[in-house]
Amino acid sequence: MFLDLNEEQNLIRATARQFAETELAPLAAALDRGEQQELFLDNLKKLAQLGFMGLNVKADYGGCEAGVIAFSVALTEIARACASTAVTVSVNNMVCEVIQAVGSEEQRLRYIPKICSGEFLAGAFALTETGAGSDPAAMTTLAIRDGDDWILNGSKIFITSAPYAGVFVVWAVTDRSAAKGKGISCFLVEAGTPGCLVGRAEEKMGQHASATNELLLQDCRIPGSALMGKLNDGFRVAVAELAGGRIGIGSLGLGIGQAAIEAASRYALERKQFGQSISNFQAIQWKIADAATDLEAARLLLMNAAFRKEQNKSYSKEASMAKLFATEAANRVCYEAMQIFGGYGYTSEFPVERYSRDARITTIYEGTSEIQRLIIAREVLRSYA
Amino acid sequence: MYFQLTEEQNLIRETVRSFAEKELAPSAAERDENERFDRTLMFDKVAELGLTGIVFPEEYGGAGADYISYAIAVEELSRVCASTGVTLSAHLSLGANPVWLFGSEEQKQSFLTPMALGTRLGAFGLTETGAGSDAGGTKTFAVRDGEEWVLNGSKIFITNGGDAEIYIVFARTDKNAQKHHGISAFIVEKDTPGFVFGKKEKKMGIRSSPTCELVFENCRIPADRLLGKEGEGFKIAMKTLDGGRIGIAAQALGIAQGAYEEALKYARERKQFEQPIASFQGVQFILADMAVRIEASRLLVYQSAWRASAGLSYGKESAMAKLSASETAMWVTTKAVQVHGGYGYTRDFPVERMMRDAKITEIYEGTSEVQRVVIGTAVIRG
Repeated sequence: MFLDLNEEQNLIRATARQFAETELAPLAAALDRGEQQELFLDNLKKLAQLGFMGLNVKADYGGCEAGVIAFSVALTEIARACASTAVTVSVNNMVCEVIQAVGSEEQRLRYIPKICSGEFLAGAFALTETGAGSDPAAMTTLAIRDGDDWILNGSKIFITSAPYAGVFVVWAVTDRSAAKGKGISCFLVEAGTPGCLVGRAEEKMGQHASATNELLLQDCRIPGSALMGKLNDGFRVAVAELAGGRIGIGSLGLGIGQAAIEAASRYALERKQFGQSISNFQAIQWKIADAATDLEAARLLLMNAAFRKEQNKSYSKEASMAKLFATEAANRVCYEAMQIFGGYGYTSEFPVERYSRDARITTIYEGTSEIQRLIIAREVLRSYA
Repeated sequence: MYFQLTEEQNLIRETVRSFAEKELAPSAAERDENERFDRTLMFDKVAELGLTGIVFPEEYGGAGADYISYAIAVEELSRVCASTGVTLSAHLSLGANPVWLFGSEEQKQSFLTPMALGTRLGAFGLTETGAGSDAGGTKTFAVRDGEEWVLNGSKIFITNGGDAEIYIVFARTDKNAQKHHGISAFIVEKDTPGFVFGKKEKKMGIRSSPTCELVFENCRIPADRLLGKEGEGFKIAMKTLDGGRIGIAAQALGIAQGAYEEALKYARERKQFEQPIASFQGVQFILADMAVRIEASRLLVYQSAWRASAGLSYGKESAMAKLSASETAMWVTTKAVQVHGGYGYTRDFPVERMMRDAKITEIYEGTSEVQRVVIGTAVIRG
């Protein structure tokens, strides 16, 4: 075992931290209030130029080949300042990685460099539907072959980055008669394609700057070359390739948790009650101790999952463990951080109420905690069978 | 970052696991029932495997391995028998390690080597009736008399007490100094006149590991048995406990792993409503949470062990590892009994023993509360 970052990973982490502290953190509260969206988009471009949109992507496609551990630590640093920016970065990286893993050489060269360079501010995943959340195989969006083209009909919801995404990875049913999950395929749909419409924006509890919209597909005609991967193999792609996204969201949760405990520790040292700094009280020390222990364990689980992915070992169980633990830890830590701040923590004068709202979604998106537990239990039971 | 274990570490796991399953498992329940310490089985055979001095250099009878290997050894013993796990942990981390860290060359030759070889069993005497979490409350005192020290006082809750041959004993050497100042550490051998064993504790768990009181009545030991410098005792105790926490964290990890595997096995076999209870989400979620908490604790334990061997600071990390692993052990064993239902509450299954064994890991070598103070103050001070 060797549990330190290497020089390159340290450098990426330091770069991410510096950018996050100087560019992202000062803006985060305004973004949360729904202001200065244009600066949010500017920052996406800057992050792309720094190489953060294709961390685990080959240089041939404009990525920086820094690996999965680097991706995780960078995401944590970005989330420590702004969770909305972090989720956009995580999804962009995953879109690049899925196209890299499953797409044709032509598809890779057509889309990945645009996301990596910032020419596309974002890429998006369109998997979820109103009736297909934890059970994506229940989707009803349909793709019908028409000559060389495909015609898509249906609607997708909760699509991160939809209004400024240059390309959508869209899952649709291509064989209605096939067994559940066996007749789904994956397509690449470019923004602006007629019949591909960005719908209603969700009003969310947190992560306000990150847009979340409905995506409507109304007789949306796409060429045969838009099929990504094999026909009817889309569900397997969704299940297998999206495990990497769980490392991203876990890392994001860790970053929010770290921001919360750091803010709470600083406040505990300054705040005086009963004639002394409240950091002198064991009740406060213990909250901070539990938070630090939780986050340290989360970090190690994330690093372990990232390491396994980087080494081409199986990592699905480990990624689920890391996502489950890190995001639930983030929520516990935010809760206790607000408790340390007392009434002030409930106001927008301090950032912990925003952290709490931003953290809440992390146990839900990219696989709820409940789904992570199912994955873990299934793998464990299988390994002892 | 590199998370893989070395071949040597994997080999140690295999060797210890095979020993534990073949030799320790058959008598674990009986030894618990009868509160029986089997020295041949629980120490001499562990010594034959080269574990009693695993982290010390070969010139002192050790195996020259790292702390991860040590943690794996304690984990694997404890997975089957927590009493054997703590016997090794107390012997190596608390008995032998302070001699390695603070002993003179002569002391190392005389005491570390036989402990590392496993010909003599080690123990550690810090706790007193009035000095538990607050070691500064130590009342046992040592007075210099010519070329000897004269010890008076008593120590309680001493693991391996009565059976060990070598004891690291803490006593006040400066009556005027307060709290943690003026305490010194001594090496005291069994059968020294004036050193007797008091009450043997009757415990809830780890019943196969002996715990007893040490009583010193004008016990005279040679001056060269002072360990480290006079007045340095508190520092020696704290340094020793930093390492000891790795051992106890590994013990807790092993208990949790053992209980988790029992629960998994039972859930797959036990049928209710015409199907194995493992097919119910209610049970699956318990198993998943067990797996996650154990994996998180394992990484914390190995990280603190890695830091210890790499020469990095590890006080905060070993406190995190101990806190997380011991609370995980308590949680996992409680849930393992739950998965077993009524059967789990009986002695027909090992999980009730594991649950009783797990409890002590939240208490000894620094309670969870003390770990939280250690971690909390370290974090707040940045």
